[in-house]
Amino acid sequence: MSLTDLTLSAMRTGLAAREFSACELTQAHLDAMAANRHLNAFTVETPELALAQAGAADVALASGSAGSLAGIPLGIKDLFCTKGVETTAASRILEGFVPQYESTVSGKLLAAGAVMLGKLNLDEFAMGSSNETSAAGRVISPWKAIGSDAELVPGGSSGGSASAVSARLAAGATGTDTGGSIRQPAAFVGITGIKPTYGRCSRWGVVAFASSLDQAGPMARTVEDCAHMLTAMCGHDPKDTTSLDLPVPDFAALLNADLRGKKIGIPKEYRLDGLDPTIAKLWDDGLAWLRAAGAEPVEVSLPHTKYALPAYYIIAPAEASSNLARYDGVRFGQRVMPEGGSLADMYEATRAAGFGKEVKRRIMIGTYVLSAGFYDAYFTQAQKVRTLIARDFEAAFEVCDLLLTPTAPSAAFAFGAKVDPLDMYLNDVFTVPSSLAGLPAMSVPVGLSADGLPLGLQIIGRPLDEQGVLGAGLALERAAGFTAKPEKRA
Amino acid sequence: MSVDDTTVRRIARLARIGITDAEVAPLAAELSAILGWVEQLAEVDTRGVPPMAAVMPKRHEWRDDAVTDGNVREAVLANAPEALSGFFAVPKVIE
Repeated sequence: MSLTDLTLSAMRTGLAAREFSACELTQAHLDAMAANRHLNAFTVETPELALAQAGAADVALASGSAGSLAGIPLGIKDLFCTKGVETTAASRILEGFVPQYESTVSGKLLAAGAVMLGKLNLDEFAMGSSNETSAAGRVISPWKAIGSDAELVPGGSSGGSASAVSARLAAGATGTDTGGSIRQPAAFVGITGIKPTYGRCSRWGVVAFASSLDQAGPMARTVEDCAHMLTAMCGHDPKDTTSLDLPVPDFAALLNADLRGKKIGIPKEYRLDGLDPTIAKLWDDGLAWLRAAGAEPVEVSLPHTKYALPAYYIIAPAEASSNLARYDGVRFGQRVMPEGGSLADMYEATRAAGFGKEVKRRIMIGTYVLSAGFYDAYFTQAQKVRTLIARDFEAAFEVCDLLLTPTAPSAAFAFGAKVDPLDMYLNDVFTVPSSLAGLPAMSVPVGLSADGLPLGLQIIGRPLDEQGVLGAGLALERAAGFTAKPEKRA
Repeated sequence: MSVDDTTVRRIARLARIGITDAEVAPLAAELSAILGWVEQLAEVDTRGVPPMAAVMPKRHEWRDDAVTDGNVREAVLANAPEALSGFFAVPKVIE
């Protein structure tokens, strides 16, 4: 077995026992990255930096001063600013941008001893569900359907993270989730990912998309792996006013798949007409597995579910239109200066050339719903509906402890399969509501579609109950015994 | 909601995104479709419902009124498309 096939947790054990060095482990991943460039998972590879960090980890491991992730090779989504390493959010407008500071979350991982292998590709500014909007080119999933060689999307927006972790190019990766960008790609490539409660992870230094929704989280191959990363990533940061000042549990040490006494809610509104029968069956299986772990099922209602997507597609673009106003060609990134043009001409030319189609579309939607005369009808109404969606969850959590749903309504699809933006947006139907309510939610791989592609189930918890979410996730993981591996990797 | 060409040009102008004539009609169709779809929110009875202000309510934090950063002009200007004499440089805005 290759070192890259180990779980992050097994790597920790092996490193601590000095069965292999951090340098060997990092080199094995750098070799795998070099052999799998066809996946286009990385926007930047940082081999020298990685080996230097691995060397430092080896010293720390030898001296007994190692952090919780010492020597663990990770990929960092290119939405996190990394000091001295180009950060573009997969947008032309940020081409050449080299942050002079480190994001809080990536800094915490490095402080815990992690090794950064490079920056991971994503949908431009994290706007997308398929990784087709990246200025750095699309990311390819390492999976393929039975009897087909068609290239498949890795999901999005954290598609590079998903592809890299699934193909064993990294032990784990950071993702960010605004409406499902950790959970949906994790489901598409058969890995695990958790979006913690809004405010658990600092947003400082993360390129902003929709600030009231954006939340970082780990993506890795097991629930325990995610738990190790999550503990390192969470924590109060005075530089982010929405960061929660709460103690961070040692999620991995407290992992517990015993669900006796827990009630698992099944939201009836998530039983969509025409839901893929394989997904519906896995959902039933998942409930049976949680019941076998001691939980009691209960049907719940989240009556405003159908309004979550339209509310999201007002709120997220509105916030994006404001956040992305900073890309004007003055302080950083690309500038396009038309000959003899004015300052306004420069702004317009810079943004026309720098933003891709989907980003422009969302900025324009956001600008429209915030414009005079429309603000109340669109934005205020969407924020009221958001309150109702959050209240739905509060009511459900009065009768249950956790919710179980599918992560996505389908398995991974082929490139170009969803050309209509609305069709693409509907892929986030199961992940967006919990994002609007700021709740912790994770995806766990539980089975394969008829075509042999991974499918995931989602666990949603009460605010701050990451531990409960991880525990149910572990129960699913153990019962599902998902061991399938992608084929399309060197 | 149907977005017409004039509205598309107005929004693009507000968003400071230059668009070509050829882009106007397709954008009008796309934006109309998206806005038409989100309009279903109007059917939700939200009387007496406050708009969401924060999903995780918390008290605003105060910090000491003290300098925490500074004297990093080079770092601030390091990524500027154009910097001159310690400033960001832009096209002339005053005639």
